[in-house]
Amino acid sequence: MTGYTYTVFIIMIPLVMFLVTGLLGMKWKPIISGVLGTIGMGISWILSLATAGSYFFGAHHAAGFQAIIPFEITWLKFTENLIIKMGIYLDPISVMMLVVVTTVSFMVHLYSIGYMKGESGFQRFFAFLSLFTFSMLGLVIATNIFQMYIFWELVGVSSFLLIGFYYQKPSAVAASKKAFIVTRFADLGFLIGILILSFVTGTFDFGKLTNPDGAIFASAASVSFLGISALTWATTLIFIGGAGKSAMFPLHIWLPDAMEGPTPVSALIHAATMVVAGVFLVARMFPVIHFQAPATQEIIAYVGGFTSLFAAVIAITQYDIKRVLAFSTLSQLGYMMLALGVSGYGGEEGLGYMASMFHLFTHAMFKALLFLGAGSIIHAVHSNYMYDMGGLRKYLPITHMTFLIACLTIAGVPFLSGFFSKDEILVAAWHHDKLLFAVEFLVAGLTAFYMFRLYFTVFWGKDRHYHHTPHESPLVMTIPLMFLAVASIFAGYIPFTELVTSDKLGFESEMNFAVAIPSVLIGLFGIAMAWILYKKESDVPAKLAKSWGILYTATYNKFYFDEIYLFVTRKIIFNYISRPIAWFDRHIIDAFMVGIGTTTEKVSYQIKGMQSGQLQHYAFMFVAGTLALALSMIYFLI
Amino acid sequence: MIQGIPLEHFLIVSTLMFFIGVCGFIIRRNLITMLMAIELILNSVNINFVVFNRYLYPDQLQGQFFSLFIVGIAAAEASVAIALIINIYRKLQNIDVENVNEMKY
Repeated sequence: MTGYTYTVFIIMIPLVMFLVTGLLGMKWKPIISGVLGTIGMGISWILSLATAGSYFFGAHHAAGFQAIIPFEITWLKFTENLIIKMGIYLDPISVMMLVVVTTVSFMVHLYSIGYMKGESGFQRFFAFLSLFTFSMLGLVIATNIFQMYIFWELVGVSSFLLIGFYYQKPSAVAASKKAFIVTRFADLGFLIGILILSFVTGTFDFGKLTNPDGAIFASAASVSFLGISALTWATTLIFIGGAGKSAMFPLHIWLPDAMEGPTPVSALIHAATMVVAGVFLVARMFPVIHFQAPATQEIIAYVGGFTSLFAAVIAITQYDIKRVLAFSTLSQLGYMMLALGVSGYGGEEGLGYMASMFHLFTHAMFKALLFLGAGSIIHAVHSNYMYDMGGLRKYLPITHMTFLIACLTIAGVPFLSGFFSKDEILVAAWHHDKLLFAVEFLVAGLTAFYMFRLYFTVFWGKDRHYHHTPHESPLVMTIPLMFLAVASIFAGYIPFTELVTSDKLGFESEMNFAVAIPSVLIGLFGIAMAWILYKKESDVPAKLAKSWGILYTATYNKFYFDEIYLFVTRKIIFNYISRPIAWFDRHIIDAFMVGIGTTTEKVSYQIKGMQSGQLQHYAFMFVAGTLALALSMIYFLI
Repeated sequence: MIQGIPLEHFLIVSTLMFFIGVCGFIIRRNLITMLMAIELILNSVNINFVVFNRYLYPDQLQGQFFSLFIVGIAAAEASVAIALIINIYRKLQNIDVENVNEMKY
């Protein structure tokens, strides 16, 4: 059982790479940092694949996949009960996440060697990528919720650093600040949730928390606050933390802006790995949420469902290629959250849980592919905007093919990976709640439509005026594209129903054709609509947009959520809370301190004449004082 | 021997000397005169020491030795003070204490 000690290296190699490239990188040629980081990441990747291979296909899954802790140390020991440990926790979802994170990270490292070539700060970029990978891996293998929180914050910091990579650009600085503040605000909820949860249960360990028999919660069930049980509060607050990282409505506002970072960063952090941390957190806490706080699970389902619809609608109207993909990410994350929200526990009931993890896996592959493809396009035409692109299929054949595969995958075309995972989610939603199913069904169509709107506009249509003839990216960038395309096609054939399930026991699942066929049809309908509207350039889309009038404008402006947030913070919080507090600080507290100072100064100005420099004045004062003291002593004491 | 002279007479003399010294220190402007006033104060203290030693503990000597110390210290102090006064004279061409007032606010 303890044959997994080498998993420590999966985590430590990126950390060492971060330290080495971060501290020594500037002394070398930039390319050395890139190659070194990529090689280190490659080793981690191979080790992760080996771990997954021996964990999933090793000998010991007769009684389901048991959690293994190959390594654990006591990190902080406050009291006998309050111990914080650091360790490695291997169970199906964390092993799966190891594979996802290292695969995407390795591909992104390789791709970045080409994409970031010649940028100033090349070494810094690779150092931060390694830091991010280390933090993300530490997050997924956390043995206890506190370790997870520490790495959770580290992930937030590295995301902040990478969004603000082009720190000369004011928009990038603003975006990185926004991402940090919004996620940090959500993390406050997470922290309070952790404190409540550990207070009522007396432990941080996932192994004890997620035990489905719930013995640990026996004493906690009676604790309540405002008529709602403490566990519902705790899980809801923890979910707020997850919602912040996974950019669920209404904390979604940071993700579209985070696209200011370099495109490989968007692929790694804001599409494939970091944003699924929230989903992963909910999956990790799933037994707690499902058995102890069903109300929270309902909230998760509806928040996920709403986010997926909301983001899909906005994605239709956007023109920035990366923003379309960002909203698509939001929408897919909504799918995953919803699947967790509608899931039951164990066997066939746990279909949603399995589907969510399955979709997480396939989505990581095809969304990383889409972003890297978008990076390749941006690399070729030097613009983010779709109206600067057109007819690119002639110039970028490899990018075109891989992008098409990714679009087909996300649209749910049969036999590609997205089809399987999305189908499972729809089935799970169908069993739980018909309304959520209807929403997701609609979103499936919208997804196909906006992805193919993007595809047709960029790769078909007329040529634009380009600065130079667009050329295919170098091999170092196209190899990751091809690899991820292959992964997107075949990831659907991984038997997730037997590997990653809520109770760690496999179950048999059959294709539900009553759901699969309509969902394929609506996907094809979406593609067909995009074909009609965008294959050949015409003024029909513009006319349609005009006919929708105010609805279109509102959607194009993302339903004015940024403006609402700005209004609430600037106009209400700043004016009615911050300003009075600032006034109190400046005019009451500061004034008191300044008053002491000025009083001292004025008094000393008045009495400084006493220090005249005349020796005899001093002598006189001294004698007079002594006499006065002596006389008063005689008078009072005798 | 000082047979027949009561203690109070010595004390009156020493008190007079002390206050003459204090008044001289405060009133006179000439630094040499002020130094002499200080000597008066010290000597009034010496008288007190010797007299109390003689009247209260006739078979002991601490008071008399103390007054010898004071004489010694007074000599040292006078030499330092006169050195200072000479320097002041070189700088200011007089030894009026009112002109030595640079150390002020």
